[in-house]
Amino acid sequence: MNTNEVILEVRGITKQFPGVLANDRVDFDLRKGEIHALLGENGAGKTTLMNILYGLYQPDSGEIRRNGEVVKFSSPKDAIAQGIGMVHQHFMLIPVFTVTENIMLGDETVKNGLLDQRTVAALVRQLSKQYGLEVDPQAVIQDLPVGVQQRVEIIKTLYRKAEILILDEPTAVLTPQEVEDLFHIISELSHQGVSIIFITHKLKEVLAIANRITVMRNGKVVGTKTPQETDEAHLAEMMVGREVILKVEKGPAKLGDVVFEVENLSVFDQRGLEAVRDVSFQVKAGEILGIAGVQGNGQTELVEALTGLRTPHHGSVRLGGFDVTASSPRPMIEYGLAHIPEDRQKHGLVLSFPVADNLILCTYYQQPFARNYIIQNKAVDEYAHRLVEEFDVRTPSPYLPASKLSGGNQQKVIVARELSRPVKLLIANQPTRGLDVGSIEYIHQQIVQMRDRGVAVLLVSAELDEIMALSDRIAVMYRGQIVATLGASQATREGLGLLMAGLQIAEA
Amino acid sequence: MDIRRFLFITLIIIILIGVVVLVGSSQVSPATIIVSMLATTVAVATPLTLGALSGVFCERSGVVNIGIEGMMLASAFFGWFAAIYLNTILGFQPLPSLLTGVVVAIITGGLLGLLHAWLSITFKVDQIIGGTVINLLAVGISGFLNRQLFFEKGSIFGGQVPHAPGVLPRIQIPLISDIPVIGKIFEQQPIAISAIVLVIIAHVVLFYTRWGLRTRAVGEHPRAADTVGINVYKMRYWNVIIGGMIAGLAGAYFTLESVPSFEPLMTNGRGFISLAAMIFGNWSPFGAWAAALVFGAAQALQINLQFFRTLIPPQWAFLQQSSIVGLVPYILTMLILTGIIGRTTPPKADGIPYEK
Ligand SMILES: Nc1ncnc2c1ncn2[C@@H]1O[C@H](COP(=O)(O)OP(=O)(O)OP(=O)(O)O)[C@@H](O)[C@H]1O
Ligand SMILES: [Mg+2]
Repeated sequence: MNTNEVILEVRGITKQFPGVLANDRVDFDLRKGEIHALLGENGAGKTTLMNILYGLYQPDSGEIRRNGEVVKFSSPKDAIAQGIGMVHQHFMLIPVFTVTENIMLGDETVKNGLLDQRTVAALVRQLSKQYGLEVDPQAVIQDLPVGVQQRVEIIKTLYRKAEILILDEPTAVLTPQEVEDLFHIISELSHQGVSIIFITHKLKEVLAIANRITVMRNGKVVGTKTPQETDEAHLAEMMVGREVILKVEKGPAKLGDVVFEVENLSVFDQRGLEAVRDVSFQVKAGEILGIAGVQGNGQTELVEALTGLRTPHHGSVRLGGFDVTASSPRPMIEYGLAHIPEDRQKHGLVLSFPVADNLILCTYYQQPFARNYIIQNKAVDEYAHRLVEEFDVRTPSPYLPASKLSGGNQQKVIVARELSRPVKLLIANQPTRGLDVGSIEYIHQQIVQMRDRGVAVLLVSAELDEIMALSDRIAVMYRGQIVATLGASQATREGLGLLMAGLQIAEA
Repeated sequence: MDIRRFLFITLIIIILIGVVVLVGSSQVSPATIIVSMLATTVAVATPLTLGALSGVFCERSGVVNIGIEGMMLASAFFGWFAAIYLNTILGFQPLPSLLTGVVVAIITGGLLGLLHAWLSITFKVDQIIGGTVINLLAVGISGFLNRQLFFEKGSIFGGQVPHAPGVLPRIQIPLISDIPVIGKIFEQQPIAISAIVLVIIAHVVLFYTRWGLRTRAVGEHPRAADTVGINVYKMRYWNVIIGGMIAGLAGAYFTLESVPSFEPLMTNGRGFISLAAMIFGNWSPFGAWAAALVFGAAQALQINLQFFRTLIPPQWAFLQQSSIVGLVPYILTMLILTGIIGRTTPPKADGIPYEK
């Protein structure tokens, strides 16, 4: 359903943060039942705009109209009352609560003074049936995969009778299958008259699903298009303000010695189940080994075991000929390991530390950053300024706490830290998650350059495009095992897709 | 708190009592020992149970409260002072004086809770420091006023401690006290009874009501609570105040129910033991109660230590000194609880001020 009836209008919204004009006279409108994509570079101000629409931030000027009437949101409560629901970039669920408890929180049904879980659970079941959002109301959130957690977030908004649903980068953390499911859900919702604002960095998705596309840059709206009027290259250019090369340029690999050797590695996960089973591979200097696989097939545990964050229970890991099987991260880092972890907020950054301190997290105790155990602020300052510049981290100052940066810029801080040291091995787990096309282009170039300088690269990604664009060899992981290893030239999207789904190569 | 843990703690208490019965049965009948020990256990556990409940409310909402000790001490003093003032100066009957004293103690605790909330939520002062401030303040004020009001010449009580209105009487709960043996155990004074009732109420409130759901939400993930329109600061404020009021009731136990007098520092670390009970009980009311009962049982054991006299060889006689005997419950409790309980998990956002 897509009528021309405008149900939400934003006029001249401006929001100033210390040192950043996050939203600059933004105009935006949303029609009933439409899927409206919002695109823009990291730090363009998309999340800020949505937080304003959801009452989390108050704009400095400008107005919001709902069905033609001016409304003021001083807290999410007001926005919820106006039928606005938001699924945040980082989920807002309480891990130890059940699905039902999370859904009713803040809008509880009470009978005789006690919570009426039964009625709510029934309502949840009904909503999940109506919109095809399968979920068990009794399950505890922390036991659920992200895809399902996201469904819980969506049901949460529908339970509050949302007519406008804001999805902030909903696909960044999903597996390809989960993305497909989500798209079904979104179309279903739009058919039933729910309007959707959909933020993403993936241009293909936008063209596939959106009715209209609005692009933001530097806090301003650059333009609104329909998918018919535009294509990927054009959108990328609108976002970044220059032409973006969507394909990675790289020559043939010049292989050196074996740098990294993993033999018969088995690793247990949190619950004591074997998440990685008997995995062996080698990475040579000057090559990129890509590990493809649907998320949750043991990649997280594998990378943790390889980087010293988790002790494997069987097998060995050798780095540059040294046995580092149960080593702590420090000696590996000193030998030349760079690690871009999967979860930037949990393992990548100290969120409350300034960007500058995060940039020297691996080297703070070494020259020139420390002399006689004292941090040399001048050296740190210079280094931080240089990296912020080089990697285009959008922050008013290197001394802003990392938590204040936009999601994509947080990722850039990690990438900057890890790629600017003299390293021999790079282990990158989802290095471009949540980044805009311009930054992806830049980081891909950096990774290829490192390879060409003779660094061994282990790239773990659930993004098939990324794996195919960068890898020299591709290993496919399924249920904790490496089910196949192919040369890049032998790999096709379809073939890899089948392997990732657990079908053997003979059938593929 | 899972049932298994609760049963396990019950088993420990049975063992503690069993030991005394074994040793003492030659002198006193087992039934008498069991009933008296259980009654002591329940009574002695009272301030700990209440203190732990106070901690549960604060920490479930995300505010660490190490000021419980001080809240107890100050409430013990002001409650006692109010009771005496009403009784001796204004001439009220003992019972109404004592009950008003309890109310004053609860209000004192609530006000200190408000102070803690104000420091740690509004001003985001480090919560450990805020709690310490309250502990120091309570020691200072209660000690100072105690001297000024009762021991200085020319004060309202004329420089001598007046005759106190006694302690709260035991009450018989209709049906329960008719049950043989068990009825005797629950023939307790009112604060001890209310502690047990509060455990049940706290459990229901925390896990089955809107208030509890929201309290736990702001203690686990305040931002998530904020995004669904819950006022994080308000929830925390009220829970800390409620916690303070319960600590106030615990304070009343010392001077209005246990003994009819006030002494400086008389809470003697019970507030801190309560926090330990709260942790061992995994931040749940029943768990905290069970842990408090272990301490109660250990103390009951200490009281019955005379039975062990014959077992102690003469060269170890120094063990019978009161200073050493007094340590028994503390050491036993720590050994039992740390040895058995294993890991517990605090609320995720416990102790972290919420920044919008
Ligand atoms: N609470 C805050 N305090 C200070 N600055 C902030 C705050 N929130 C956002 N900013 C700044 O505002 C700008 C816009 O951030 P925003 O999160 O809206 O970007 P975004 O478009 O969502 O980017 P991304 O795609 O990386 O998520 C950024 O420069 C960011 O650093
Ligand atoms: Mg964002």
